[in-house]
Amino acid sequence: MTNGLLHPTRRGLLLAGGAGLLTAALPGYVAAQASPIKIGFQLHRTGIGAAYGRWYERTAQAALKAINDAGGITGRPVEILFEDDATDPKRGSEVVDKLTQSDGCDLVMGTLFSHVVMGSAPRAGELKVPYLVCSEGYHVASGALNRWTLQPGITDVRAQISTMAPWVSQNLGKKVTMVFPDYAFGHDHRDFFTAAIQGQGGEVIAQIAVPPTETSFTRYFPQIPAETEVLYHVMVGPAVLTFVKELGEFYGTGAKPQLFGFIDSLEAVDTATPGLEFLEGSHFWEAHPRVKAADAGEHEAAYRAAVGVDDNGASVSDAADVSTYSHMFSTWETLYFIKQAMEAAGYTGPADRQKLVEAMEAISDLPYGIERPQGAKRFNGKTHQVFGSQNISQVQGGKLVKVHTTTIDEGLYEDAVDYTTMSF
Amino acid sequence: MAFGPFLLLALMEGLVTAAVLALAASGLSLVFGVMRVVNVAHGEFYMLGAVLAWAVTTMIPGPPALAFLAAVLIAPVLVAALAAAADGLILKRLNYDPEATIVATIGLLYILQQAALSLYGPNANPVTAPFEWRIQLPWFGYSGYKLFVVLAAGLVLLGLWLFMTRTKAGLVMRATQVDRSTAQAFGINVDRVYMGTFALGAGLAALAGVLIVPIQQAQYLMGHDPLLLSFIVVIIGGLGSLRGTLIAALVIGLSDGVISMFFTPTLAKILATLLVAMVLVFRPQGLFGARA
Repeated sequence: MTNGLLHPTRRGLLLAGGAGLLTAALPGYVAAQASPIKIGFQLHRTGIGAAYGRWYERTAQAALKAINDAGGITGRPVEILFEDDATDPKRGSEVVDKLTQSDGCDLVMGTLFSHVVMGSAPRAGELKVPYLVCSEGYHVASGALNRWTLQPGITDVRAQISTMAPWVSQNLGKKVTMVFPDYAFGHDHRDFFTAAIQGQGGEVIAQIAVPPTETSFTRYFPQIPAETEVLYHVMVGPAVLTFVKELGEFYGTGAKPQLFGFIDSLEAVDTATPGLEFLEGSHFWEAHPRVKAADAGEHEAAYRAAVGVDDNGASVSDAADVSTYSHMFSTWETLYFIKQAMEAAGYTGPADRQKLVEAMEAISDLPYGIERPQGAKRFNGKTHQVFGSQNISQVQGGKLVKVHTTTIDEGLYEDAVDYTTMSF
Repeated sequence: MAFGPFLLLALMEGLVTAAVLALAASGLSLVFGVMRVVNVAHGEFYMLGAVLAWAVTTMIPGPPALAFLAAVLIAPVLVAALAAAADGLILKRLNYDPEATIVATIGLLYILQQAALSLYGPNANPVTAPFEWRIQLPWFGYSGYKLFVVLAAGLVLLGLWLFMTRTKAGLVMRATQVDRSTAQAFGINVDRVYMGTFALGAGLAALAGVLIVPIQQAQYLMGHDPLLLSFIVVIIGGLGSLRGTLIAALVIGLSDGVISMFFTPTLAKILATLLVAMVLVFRPQGLFGARA
């Protein structure tokens, strides 16, 4: 009888089996030695959030490098596992599941689009894994989510808006028409701006909701009443450029209201694009001025260099690749928030997840520094929401120029929830 | 805004929708009429047209008008060639069996979409319009390029009609449509006619994509809506009838423009779908389709 692959000997089988076991065990052994902290990143790599995803990934990578170069977290190296959720709520909860259960991540972070947050947060609660979103939505502070969901890297829409309304009513006009996406994020804008402008003696005279998948907008513009003094616009997704272009075509050279937009309408879009000339002189909310401000903080240059962004807010390697500058800092600041909380909690592994959330809830003052390039922040452990200052920029010569900065206090509002009283 | 200008804007917007829809749907209708193939991947040819237009305009330096002209000429031809290859490699091997080709074109849809995602990426990219010309009416401004789209689509459709009715190739296609076996008996190379028809249908969709891209931006998921609307148009107009497709495109486009402006875009979609259901119940062959 000949021995070979088809007729192996018993010794051969044992040898092969033993070798296989060793190979399988080896990565585990190596991992146990280095034992990095694994952070799962729910990334909008494809779908309507892709432009944000591209920059969220770059910014998180830059922060990761900075943290690892400085010795990691609690002396352990850190790695990030990026997983695409296609900007889809259903896929989002599957991604949370996969990152937590299959990949063994210590926590999950990074989600921007509010419908994905709404779809994923309940799963994070079930899995009892910290879920740190970078989304702006009011859904965290409203109490709609759970104890495991926090937003430590970016101010929520409600706070942003309450700081904008006084400025808009004092400088631009009192009769406002709003154009916003017809889902959670847009509804936050609708509800809180309408209330905030009323508090300033102004009035929202029309609310125009646009479905988030819409690709053509001209048909919505005739609903803008002629007596509108200020057009408040906030749009998201791949069609934002079409939105602003068609707005320009619609008003043309004729009379038009003052325009006040959230930079979301122009994130990842060059303000000097042909067809956007009509934006000259109009104002935008910005969390973090895209064009480096004259009075920018001392860490601004280092942050831009680390992420690979020039002074105009575009990629250093491609001037046409404009960043999502007013949102992406949140991933950087969230990573440093994780570092601070893990070190405070003496975090050693998934068994300490509850301790980690409690340590996060105990954080309050977050001073300006390279950890927070957008500016100083105040974290509210009860509502799981962070608050920072906001900016208003004006388009001057095709560039965004910062003209106003708010204080943190202007954006504060009464707590709607106390997550710390909820069970884990 | 007063009623008059409001209606005018609604009609202009509707006309642009109708023009693009008529181009895309005529391709779908042609493929079904001649080949009896329900091409589910039709929207992806539209998307490829737009994406290739972006690729061509970024590669060719010089004035936007020249780059766009190159895109109009190159992108549809490339897409048509791809469709011809798909016909030879896939559809022909299935003997154009109606059920099998539906499944095959669903597969093709995902292959093309994911290929675009892998090679082109997930971002929406703008293409500069060949000219920046804005019409300023007393009540509102309007993009001159959008009116150009209507004109261009009209000319292409006229050309298509002349091709189908006045040329030998058109005659051969119509003969194959009426009776495949008899056409074959008369020495018509049916395989070549099918390949040509599939390429032409895809080319028309791609051309619609090229024309729309300066208005909308190219993105890998953009094929979905036109596919749905094209099916609506083709079902209402009657599968295989060019005249029916054109009229249905006008009806759907204009009603979409007017209803979405005076009411909501969602209502426009609801009504279009309702119309499809009504047509299927009361006149299954479509308004202008021949009885099967």
